[in-house]
Formats: sequence, C-alpha cells, structure tokens
Amino acid sequence: MDELEAIKVTFFQECEELLADLEGGLLAMEEGAGDLETVNAVFRAVHSIKGGAGAFGLEPLVRFAHVFETLLDAVRGGSVPNTVELAAVLLRASDILADHVSAARGLGDVDMAASAAMAAELAQWTDPNAAPAAPAPVAAPVVAEEAAPVIIGADDDAMDEDDLGFVFVPQTITVEAQAADAELIPSNVWTVSIRPKSDLYRKANETALLLRELNRLGPIKATLDDSALPALENLDPEAAFVTWIVRLETEQDESAIREVFEFVDGDCDLEITRGEASVEAAVAALTATTEPVAAVEPAAPPPVELIAPVAEAPPVEAAPVVEAAKAAAVAPPAQKATPVEVPGPGQSVIRVDPERIDRLIDLVGELVINQAMLAQRVGEYGIAPSSNLAMGLDELEQLTREIQDSVMAIRAQPVKSVFQRMPRLVREVANMTGKHARLVMDGENTEVDKTVIERLSDPITHMLRNAIDHGLESPEERKAAGKNPEGVVRLAALHRSGRIVIEVSDDGKGINRERVFGIAVKKGLIAPDLQLTDEEIDNLIFLPGFSTAEKISDVSGRGVGMDVVKRSVQALGGRISISSRPGQGSTFTLSLPLTLAVLDGMVVDVAGETLVVPLAAIVESLRPKPEEVRPLGPVGSVLAVRDSFVPLIDVGLTLGYREESPHPTDGVVLLVEGEDGSRAALVADAIHGQRQVVIKSLEQNYQQVEGVAAATILGDGRVALILDVDATINLRRREGGAPRPPEPSLIAAE
Amino acid sequence: MTRTVLTVDDSRTMRDMLRMALAGAGFNVVEAVDGEHGLEVLSAHRPDVIITDINMPKLDGFGFIEAVRVDDDYRAIPILVLTTESDPAKKQRAREAGATGWIVKPFNPEKLVDAIRRVAA
Repeated sequence: MDELEAIKVTFFQECEELLADLEGGLLAMEEGAGDLETVNAVFRAVHSIKGGAGAFGLEPLVRFAHVFETLLDAVRGGSVPNTVELAAVLLRASDILADHVSAARGLGDVDMAASAAMAAELAQWTDPNAAPAAPAPVAAPVVAEEAAPVIIGADDDAMDEDDLGFVFVPQTITVEAQAADAELIPSNVWTVSIRPKSDLYRKANETALLLRELNRLGPIKATLDDSALPALENLDPEAAFVTWIVRLETEQDESAIREVFEFVDGDCDLEITRGEASVEAAVAALTATTEPVAAVEPAAPPPVELIAPVAEAPPVEAAPVVEAAKAAAVAPPAQKATPVEVPGPGQSVIRVDPERIDRLIDLVGELVINQAMLAQRVGEYGIAPSSNLAMGLDELEQLTREIQDSVMAIRAQPVKSVFQRMPRLVREVANMTGKHARLVMDGENTEVDKTVIERLSDPITHMLRNAIDHGLESPEERKAAGKNPEGVVRLAALHRSGRIVIEVSDDGKGINRERVFGIAVKKGLIAPDLQLTDEEIDNLIFLPGFSTAEKISDVSGRGVGMDVVKRSVQALGGRISISSRPGQGSTFTLSLPLTLAVLDGMVVDVAGETLVVPLAAIVESLRPKPEEVRPLGPVGSVLAVRDSFVPLIDVGLTLGYREESPHPTDGVVLLVEGEDGSRAALVADAIHGQRQVVIKSLEQNYQQVEGVAAATILGDGRVALILDVDATINLRRREGGAPRPPEPSLIAAE
Repeated sequence: MTRTVLTVDDSRTMRDMLRMALAGAGFNVVEAVDGEHGLEVLSAHRPDVIITDINMPKLDGFGFIEAVRVDDDYRAIPILVLTTESDPAKKQRAREAGATGWIVKPFNPEKLVDAIRRVAA
C-alpha cells in the first residue's frame, strides 16, 4: 500500500472516531450539558475532519465540513447561542457529515439535496439576517441559493472561518512597482533595505536566513549598517540595532522578493526599490521619518555565510503576558498529556497488517493441534503422568494456551465501534416512523474478536430497526397506555459464559401473539391447529417469509426479515432468541462466540464417529439410570433430571449415523442448554474428554450442514465435526417428535 | 546532520501527513498530540523546528507557542503554525504568541519543506 493511501486509511479511521466524538458532544449539548469545552471539542472534531479532507482533496466533504465548522466556531465564540434546538440541528448535520465521509470513502452516496439544504440551514444560524451590510454581495447568494456550500467551495483550500460569505483570496502581495518605471530601469537590480525590530528575533526569525532566501533569488551584495550599534557596555542584547542594505540581481519580480519577508512582515522595516541605490540613500529612505543615520562605509560585500553570526541577535526577554502560558507549560507531568485512546507518537503503538495477525492466529491454531497430537502420542506410549516428559507436555499445553489467549487478545476490540453508529440509526428510524425513541447503550467496552465485531453491525442494525418500527408504539398510543411518549430502546453487550451476548430491548407493546400466530397460519407457515407455547409463537417471527408489518413500512420493508438475521447470526456460530411481555416490550438476545477461531469442546463418540460438542452449551454429563428414562409418545423419550424432564436426543439418529437408537443407559448423556434456555439430553456412546479445538469452517469448503457448526482436526489428525447444539435440538423437535413436537417447557411444568 | 522536527497536532491524519512529507525530505520527526504533550516531547528531543496546529485540546497552539517562547532553552526554536485558518486575526494571534511563520493547510510537501527552510538555520 502506498504511503499516502495508508494515511488515507488512517484518516477514515480517525473520521470514525471524530464523528463519534462529535455525536457524543452534540448529544451532551442536546441534553443541555454542553459546556464550552464540549463545544470546543465538537468544533475540533469537525475542524480535523475538514483539515484531513482538504489534504486529500475531498471537495464535497470539505465544503460541507466548512459550513458546519463555521457555525460551530460562531457557537464557540458566543455569537450564536448554544441551545438545545441548535444541538438538534447540529446532530442532523453530523449525520450528513458522516454521509459525506462515507461517500468520500466510496461507501454509499450523499443525498446532495439534503446536504445542500442542511448547509443552507446551518448558514442561516450563522447569519439569520442573511444580508449584513459589508459581505452582502457575497453572502446573499449563498443564503438564497440552495447549493450554498458549492459557492463557498469555489476556493476552499484556505477558507475563512468566521464569515460564510468569505471567498478565498490567495495571499497576493500588491506589486507596487509601476509598469512604466520598470520600462525605464534597464537592469534587473533591486535594492532591499531591512531593519529588523526586536520582535523579529523574539519570534525566532533570523536575518541571516532572510539574506539566504534573497540569495536564492539571485546574487546578492549585502551591506551592514551598524552605525546605530551602541558601545558594547551599553548594548542591550535583546534589542535590534542594525540595518542591512542588499543589492539583489534577479529575474524574479517584486512579489517574489516580498514573499521572502512574508513571515517577518511588520517585524522589520522593509524597503524594496528597483535599481541600484546608494547605501546612504537606502538607509535614508528606510529611516524616512526617524532620526537621520550617518553614512556608512560601503563595506566589502560580505558573503552571506559569513553574515550569519553577525545576525545572531538573541530573542528578546519573555514578555510578562506569557506568564500564564508558562504556568501551563510547567503543569505537573503527572497529568498525562496523552489520553488512553490517543496513543503518543512513536513507541507506544505499532500498526500491524491484520493479515499478519491472522497468519499468527492460524499458526497458533496449528500449534494447538500439534500440541494435542503430541500429547496423544505420548499417552499412547504409556508414559507415566508424573514423568518429566509428561510434565513438560503439560507445561507446553499451558504455554500454548497462553499464547493463544494473547494472540486472540491482539484482535479483541470493544464493541464500541459498532455501537457508536447506532444512535444515528435510532434517530433516523424514529424520524421515519414518527416514533419518539431514546437509545440507551450499555457495555460498549465489552471486547470481542475483530472478526466477530465486523459481523455484528448488520444484525444489531436490524434488531434496532425492528424494535423501533414494530416494538415501540406511536407517541399517542404510548400516552393512551399511560407510558412516557418517548420509548426507550436499550442496546447492551456483555460477556456470558465464554460468549458475547447482545441484547436489544424496547419498552413497547410486546409481541402480539394472536396476530403473529394468525399471520403464520395465513402464510401457511404452520398448521392452524398447532399448539404452541408463547415462546414458540414469539419465535415464529424468525421463520422465513414472515413479516408482521401490516403495511410494509419504509424502515422494515426491505425484503429482509428476521429470518435473515437469524441465519446470519447462525452462520457466525451464534444464536438469537426473543422474549416478550405484552404491553411491556420485547428483548432480542443475540449470543455469539467471542472468537471464530477456537472452541472449548467435549470430544464424544457417536456411532463410531468422533464429534465435538461445544463446552459452552454443556451443563453436565451423566450416566442415566434406567428409571430416569421415560418414554414419551411413540418414539420419543425423556430423561428425569432432578425436578424436571428433558427430551432425550440421540445425536447419532439426528445426524443420520444410525437408524436405531441404543438405550440411553448404554451410553452417556450430555445435558445441554440451548440459547433460548431450553434443555435437552444428548445421547452419545462415550466421552473422550475436553479439548480446545481449532475451528475450521465447513461452509468455506463445503456448505452449511444442519446440526453441524464446523469441523476441526483432532490430535490424531482425524477430522471431527463440531455439533451445533441448538440446531440439533430443533432438528429433533421438527423430525423426531412429529406430529406434535414434545414441548420441553410443558414437560418441565408437569 | 539530520534535523529534527517536532510536529504537534491532535489529528493523527495530519501527523501522518507531516511525517510522510518531512521524513521524505530527510528530516527526523517527533510527534505530539497536543500542546501539553508537545512541551514534554520538546524537552526530550530538542527539535530544530516545531510545527504546530492551533486547535487542539488541553493546550492549544497559542498557549503552546507562548510556553515555548518563555523558556530560555527553547525560545530560539523556530515555530511554524499549521492551520487551515487563513483568517488574519488568528494568524496575528499566533504571531503575537511568537510564531515564526505559518503553513496554510492543505499543504504539499514542497510548500512545507520550503517553509522550514525559510526559518531553519
């Protein structure tokens, strides 16, 4: 990747952060909590986006950011009051700014009409009268025309902040040399007289450097007039006393000469004249109104290099004005200048190509397999567990695991990056549906593997949309129901038993089960006489082809149903479930593995095949006694576990390894819990123990197989399938328990 | 001798851009993320030239420049102000604080190196 491209990537990453800061600040302002520092931070965010965008020539983004920044600067300066109404407008502007950023990135488009309208709205805030006296001719069209930013954008590489109507004028220096005179003077000789003031040195400018710059334009002959220099004993080392008269021969024009003095403008007396002037005349011209200066010996032109030491006048003493700054400068170092998320330069952060990390993770995966293989071989040789070799292997296992954890930690990231996009979504969906919604987020710092994060966005987006569109009532309905007209949607992330759980809940009306059931029947998804629990009815919304919206709304009617969400979540090895209480709202719970690379599993034998059951799903393993197994229906049976009954599922039968189930008492039973909390007892022939396995996706190489989550390679080199527990339970419900599926919760209630 | 340039900017993008341009021109680059940090880095690296942004959290560019100028050890270091603001008032304030020169963003590497050459011995 080309270096500039790499910086561009950084820029867009930074934009994400800045947009998040911007939104956070604006939300605080909207709640009336925006102090000056908040406004400053908000300003800086937009300012930095604009700055970076300018560097990459991202014109539309620069233009919009400029208008935005102009208003923020006015708020910062106090000329536009910081109100809650303003914050609402700024929030919408931040959304459009985010669109511009995405568009600049090549992701999506900007609604240019909306952008122009917003720019005009922002401009209105800055200048409500639209036509103040002075800048009227420029400002008026800006406000009048919809495409305000386009006009400003005409010259925007150096834009004025305070005045929207400002049109950039390049830093031109008026060329005073009269054309007529130029004709008369035969040579390209200039006389440049410079008398530095002490301020020039105070700002760390250098006469020697000015002379060097002049020398770049052409050969120079510099003469020092030191007549004003006091005797050494009277010399104020911080003051300036000398004058330089430079004869310059150059093909360049006067503006080029003046440009040399751009930085010292005002800090020295400067006189530039065409033609050769005597030193006396030059000094006289420079001095004009001040005291006359004695003529100087036109000393031999000192080479520029030699001049340097002479010109080394030290900067003046610090002015008292800057005392406050000094105080700031010596601020205690304990107060860290570097916030955690903005790592300091240099050593504290290294950037690594993600591919290298992926490669490392792959290698560690292989190492885990290799280590397992080694352990198995050693076991086969019957080496005593107390032997040095076996103990060394144990240590190796420990180390391997630590390496694996450390490597995974490199890729772990807080879900914040996904969460921070959601407030905007909620605002938009609420606007579109006419609902009032407030988003509450929790657990943004919950960490999860990068590969998982990247794929969280879509399901969360969909669940939130769904929560607002279908979950929340309209403000009127809410009022009628005695609720706050503003609905609350909660988005939370947490770690639970080795998985990350995302919850999206609303305080809306909950699922209308009668209607859901009716629709499912009408659409032919279920038989009308099917007996279902509340929970099962709720889960009908995940069936393909189900949509509860009576009319397809703008928001949810995109042809993507909850079934798609469910499938995408399942593809990640995750599960989704819903619980709902009428009148009080619904909660979607999404659970995903923390990483897509490794898994703790129980290795079992089923009908001669080796399978891995994810440990996270296993509650316990047991050997059932004959009296604990009870038949249910023609083929099914249940297992009594303490106070309840759970359905027995023969994994071999479900996966088609065998036709006839052995009696559960002949094997072992794994009591598993599905994501929805339903339990089942999986029957296997034997347990080989727990092992960490590296997940190898089946789908990439083959295709999705129901009941199988993925595959892995065991220590002995054999391939084993990883069981998808939930799918296995569901398979059994659908097939094994026909025609009426055994209902675990019903049975448990017996 | 390789000259060291300290860049002070809260934007990572801008720091990277500066680094690319300066390193490409043979400068040694040290960075700081705001004025306060800049002062710390300053004492650790003693740069030959400082390039600073104006709008920064904690200690802004004005405050940073003033703080450098009151320190006897650092006050002779040339400081270039890097900012999108061509607004004369802001530039004037930066100069009053003690800025040696300025660079208007967006800059190209030539413009940047040119400005450094003009202020650095």
